[in-house]
Amino acid sequence: MSINPRSNPIDRTGLSVAFTVGLYGAAFGAAGVTAGFSILQTCLLSILLFSGASQFAVVGIMGAGGSAISAIATATLLGFRNALYGLQMAPILKVKGFKRILSAQITIDESTAVATLQENDADRKRGFYITGIGVYVFWNLFTFLGALGASAIGDPSVWGLDAAVPAAFCGLVWPRLKDKTQFIVSGAAIALALLLTPLTPAGIPIITTVVLAVIFGWKK
Amino acid sequence: MTQIWIAVIGASVTAFLNKYIGHSVPEKWLDRPRFKRINTLVPIVLLSALVGVQTFAHKKELVIDQRLAGVGVALIALKFKAPFPVVVVSAAVTSAAIYNWF
Repeated sequence: MSINPRSNPIDRTGLSVAFTVGLYGAAFGAAGVTAGFSILQTCLLSILLFSGASQFAVVGIMGAGGSAISAIATATLLGFRNALYGLQMAPILKVKGFKRILSAQITIDESTAVATLQENDADRKRGFYITGIGVYVFWNLFTFLGALGASAIGDPSVWGLDAAVPAAFCGLVWPRLKDKTQFIVSGAAIALALLLTPLTPAGIPIITTVVLAVIFGWKK
Repeated sequence: MTQIWIAVIGASVTAFLNKYIGHSVPEKWLDRPRFKRINTLVPIVLLSALVGVQTFAHKKELVIDQRLAGVGVALIALKFKAPFPVVVVSAAVTSAAIYNWF
């Protein structure tokens, strides 16, 4: 497979998503070291766990003095959506054995989002792998650089990175909102998540919105 | 083994199990119109919830800060069909400007 971001719009989308999201890995690397993780431990989270929100949860909770159990539980809840993405991607990718293990590892928000925006299965597959592998490479590279230069980056707000991430998610959800119902579901999900934020542990407000998908999707 | 090592390895194992389980459920489970309708809405609700939480949440509190201005600019850029990097960079520049100058 040759990658050509100039002429292929899927490659272009996938690689710009990968690079933008990857840059935020620098903020994670810095956050990890600031929370008392070694550079090795911080990089291992990006290599092995590889799911941004869960990784931030782990270093955030441990940095605030939380227990390993609460960090693991929160990260697991945050990562459950990846199981739902895997369910969506498996019939398109049709892979077994070692390839399935590798595909599972890169099943995240961004790879699934770019894949499901495409019109046919060949393009979905391409979008998934370009974005998934791209994010993996850039995320790990920038995690390492961020961990190294932790003191230099420090506060992600100074660089506007705190707004870049929700903006990236806006860019991923926007093209999916094709009819009125989907706009309503999106608005309801934001409202529910915000309502639950002060009341429940981190991760719960996001995963709970799946209830809305079930309610609105139940009847035609 | 320290608590941090337990957290790193434990969270990595459950993260992979989450991902792998999704890929290993029988394909026929998806051959239902209802399931497909729900499954189309799943990324919409989760990504929307992430937008909300990452724009307004500061730990367990809801706050209005520079991030909202950044996301507002991102939405305007999306409305005008701007490409993805423009959306993200315009949000970051707006947010950083407000954070650094006010």
